[in-house]
Amino acid sequence: MELIVALGIGVLAGSGVWLLLRPRTFQVIIGLSLVSYAVNLFIFGMGRLRTGMPPVLEPGTAGDPAHYADPVPQALILTAIVIGFATTALFLVVLLAARGLTGTDHVDGREREQS
Amino acid sequence: MPDSMFLTFVLALPFAGCLVAGFLPANTRNVEAWLAGAVALAGLILAGALYPAVTGGAMIRTEVEWLPALGLNLTLRMDGFAWMFTVLITGIGLLVTLYARYYMSPEDPVTRFFSYLLGFMGSMLGIVLSGNLIQLVFFWELTSIFSFLLIGYWHHSAKARDGARMALTVTASGGLCLLVGVLIVGHIVGSYDLDRVLVSGNQIRSHDLYLPALLLILLGALTKSAQFPFHFWLPQAMAAPTPVSAYLHSATMVKAGVFLLVRLWPAMGGTDAWFWIVGTAGLITFALGAYLAIFQQDLKGVLANSTISHLGLITLLIGLDSPLGIVAAIFHMMNHATFKASLFMAAGIIDHETGTRDIRRLSGLYRLMPITATLAMVAAAAMAGVPLLNGFLSKEMFFAETVAEHVDSILDDALPYVVTLAAMFSVTYSLRFIHGVFFGPPPTDLPRQPPPLPSWMVVPVALLVSACLLVGIFPAATAGPFLDTAVRAVLGSDVPPYSLKVWHGITVPLLMSLAALTGGVLLYRALRGYLSSGAEGSPGLGRLDSQRIFDWSMVFLSWRAAKTGVDLLGTRRLQPQIRLVVGAAFVAALWTLYRHGPHNGLHYGLHAGHAESSAFDPVLALVLVWLAGVWLAGAACAVGAAYQAKYHRLAALILMGGAGLAVCITFAWYSAPDLALTQLLVEIVTTVLILLGLRWLPKRFETIDVENYRVATSWFRRGGDLAIAAAAGLGLSAVAYAVMTRSAPDSISRFFLERAYTEGGGTNVVNVILVDFRGFDTLGEITVLGAVALTVYALLRRFRPAPDSIERPEQQIRESERDDALPDGQSGVALADSLLVPGLIMRLLYPVIMTVAVYLFMRGHDLPGGGFVAGLTMSVAFILQYMAGGTRWVEARLTILPVRWIALGLLFAAFTGIGSWLYGYPFLTSYFRYEDLPLIGTVPLASAVVFDLGVFTLVVGATVLILIALAHQSIRTHRPAKADVPAPIAAPAPALAQAEGQ
Repeated sequence: MELIVALGIGVLAGSGVWLLLRPRTFQVIIGLSLVSYAVNLFIFGMGRLRTGMPPVLEPGTAGDPAHYADPVPQALILTAIVIGFATTALFLVVLLAARGLTGTDHVDGREREQS
Repeated sequence: MPDSMFLTFVLALPFAGCLVAGFLPANTRNVEAWLAGAVALAGLILAGALYPAVTGGAMIRTEVEWLPALGLNLTLRMDGFAWMFTVLITGIGLLVTLYARYYMSPEDPVTRFFSYLLGFMGSMLGIVLSGNLIQLVFFWELTSIFSFLLIGYWHHSAKARDGARMALTVTASGGLCLLVGVLIVGHIVGSYDLDRVLVSGNQIRSHDLYLPALLLILLGALTKSAQFPFHFWLPQAMAAPTPVSAYLHSATMVKAGVFLLVRLWPAMGGTDAWFWIVGTAGLITFALGAYLAIFQQDLKGVLANSTISHLGLITLLIGLDSPLGIVAAIFHMMNHATFKASLFMAAGIIDHETGTRDIRRLSGLYRLMPITATLAMVAAAAMAGVPLLNGFLSKEMFFAETVAEHVDSILDDALPYVVTLAAMFSVTYSLRFIHGVFFGPPPTDLPRQPPPLPSWMVVPVALLVSACLLVGIFPAATAGPFLDTAVRAVLGSDVPPYSLKVWHGITVPLLMSLAALTGGVLLYRALRGYLSSGAEGSPGLGRLDSQRIFDWSMVFLSWRAAKTGVDLLGTRRLQPQIRLVVGAAFVAALWTLYRHGPHNGLHYGLHAGHAESSAFDPVLALVLVWLAGVWLAGAACAVGAAYQAKYHRLAALILMGGAGLAVCITFAWYSAPDLALTQLLVEIVTTVLILLGLRWLPKRFETIDVENYRVATSWFRRGGDLAIAAAAGLGLSAVAYAVMTRSAPDSISRFFLERAYTEGGGTNVVNVILVDFRGFDTLGEITVLGAVALTVYALLRRFRPAPDSIERPEQQIRESERDDALPDGQSGVALADSLLVPGLIMRLLYPVIMTVAVYLFMRGHDLPGGGFVAGLTMSVAFILQYMAGGTRWVEARLTILPVRWIALGLLFAAFTGIGSWLYGYPFLTSYFRYEDLPLIGTVPLASAVVFDLGVFTLVVGATVLILIALAHQSIRTHRPAKADVPAPIAAPAPALAQAEGQ
């Protein structure tokens, strides 16, 4: 199970990094999203993978870590997902504004000189 | 108790005065002077009242806790040594204020002057009264800043600006070194408390980090006290108004350095390193300063270099590392303060009266200003070390110390000869100061004729000079007790025997004094011709000038090195930068793996404790196959998105959503229902968001691009990027696998799991963490979210699309064509037709989704859900209406004010936090209990739920604001960037006209 998820993380990260290195802003925005998937899953994995043990307690009891999935990475990722949406939106708007101002969607704001 | 209150007043008054003085109207120099004088006088009186509490090695201490966990408290501490400095600072401050009242011209903006002066006085008092090292460094840097402001007071003059900048650069960088040094000392001792540090001398001296700490602290002290090789800033600082110079050179600023050396001597002195570094720096400065002073043509220049020299003397005494040396050093600090302040004031009077400070132009002033001349002569004699004056006494002690054996070395043997020579120089420059200015023929070359001197201007000088005389003639009766108090505070019980007497008999020090006096007079006679010939600068030193080196290094650092750095390392291109970042991250991870690698007990493979059941389990196998299927699809989506993102953006977006779905399923399967919900909803809004943005991106066709690119280099580049991407992916996979197959350590999760219900009142631990335990973090996060949404909104208000995106997209044109073809020709009909069934469903779903959102919110504290998820759900409800009916349709029927939602959310969250203050708890402390409500049943009523409501409201507002702002771009009229592009919104108008015509 861990192997599958680990490989999944790797493919997401690899595709994301590839896109981050591309020259077009849209590629970078998709790349950032893929990288954030990978990173979120990676952090999630730090709490170990456990099935059927959501961190929802029985009322009136104190939880024992042996019987519940780790809630800390989950709390971290939950806000990360929402903030990730916000930054994607910001980046999208910045890239649209930059495209309007510079007339190109190249990440440097100008095309590479063709020689 | 009143003692510690007095102590607080001593420090607080100048700063209060600084604020008040700063807000007084301009040109109120009498009020300002009264205020500053009153503050200084009050400080002096308070110090006097405190004297009984500091005699005999006793001290006053008062502490206000600030960050006790980090050992940072506001600690005020006054012992005899600090008391002596307090008196010097406030006393000379009082005289300087009086003097400045008459020195400053009515045109000067005195508000600023007195405000800075009081601030400076306060910072200096802060240094001497600090009982905590970090606090001391804080005030230390504050004196650097205030001295910068004071030196640059006449900021219209380039000299003042340069001098101020140099002083700040040198002393503030020294202060930074001091901070690091102090941090090291704190690390060694385990406390920043001065009293703890002072008794830990052996521990500090034997520590490995002693030398770095010593070097850094000495850098701080030596730069402040203008010691070689950092002496060059002090002569430049004489561009300050003379009262400031008098203050800087006597009781404050440069004295801070030697103060710190004496203060820390019990903890850090007594080693070879101390002797060699401090001693050498002091000796060189003593001799060099005196030599340079001889050849100055500016009165203040002579005095500035003599200050350097005298501080060198004090530093040398401290460097000699003997208790008697410390006694002499403290005594000379007092004496130097009195005669140097009076000499600067006298120089200021001469400047004020004659309009020049050039010794070549001044002569015979005795006839014009006999009182000032007499006073200056006495003070200069004290500076030269003439018997019956206070300078003679401390110089005697100094000579006696240099003759005594210390470390058996060449430095020790040469010391008596070198210091006699330097003392000779100091006699020469003192003589020159007096003889060149006050004697000789009447002056002929003065810029202005001396106006009548305000008699109050001479009073401070007279007071200081009489102190020189009194201490010089009756040392034991006047300065004796105070010196004893100060010395006892530094040396503790083992004060060596010393005697304050004018006449000790015929001794070696007396002979050295006589030799210096005679030699000095002879040297002056020999040099007179050369000096009056008008040569500027000192012979023999040539171009070896630290100031030159300083200027050169400033230019080098701020201009040449910076430019070269940018040329070498900078790029305006993003891709190389990202390559660097990814590469650096990869190397950092590898390095960590290597450092904690197998030889340090790390196993790369499966962890030993990991139990892997070997028996075949059909259910597990099925799950594995299913999971593998999900991830096969997910991986394919990710790779596909990467492949298609350039030419097929829509496809890439859909594929990215597929990958996100795989992530979402993984979350759901591995016990993270909250994450799965959030991921799913964010997937939806992100897709909508990017869909809205797609319209403004340029069209890109594979065929055109391929022609333009040089295929070979492009393939080469892509190959490299592919390798980087593969390495990053594989690396992350490997690390993730290695971690996930190990058993988890016992982390803070235990804390949250155990207390979520008992202390947070909720069973959904993730939600309780977010809104209760880590509520403050969440408050920060939603603030960021709100700020980002507002930024997006603001950016889009001025959005100008690229010219080729302005035209309406093909679909819209086709729809309006269809609208036109209709008999009654209304716009929007075609759109409504094409989305008839989905639109109806979306409208019907509006209340349903809202109910779901409320449900998710209500159960959030106990079951998966909560403010974030509910907020996203709610925003989806709104977005769906926009999609079904179009922007205009929705906004005609529904008023959504997302900015107010954001504000409301933040207010909710913040007020929940503040609410706990009412009950005397820290910010965001939560309260909960269960309550039976009619119809609904038992509900948890926790204050955290109100906080969560804030989160919910803000998330709705932010998400809707972002999406609507982007959606609005399609219906906005954009002015075409070029004249030849037709106005886009003009299109419907002919359609309407046509319809009417029919």
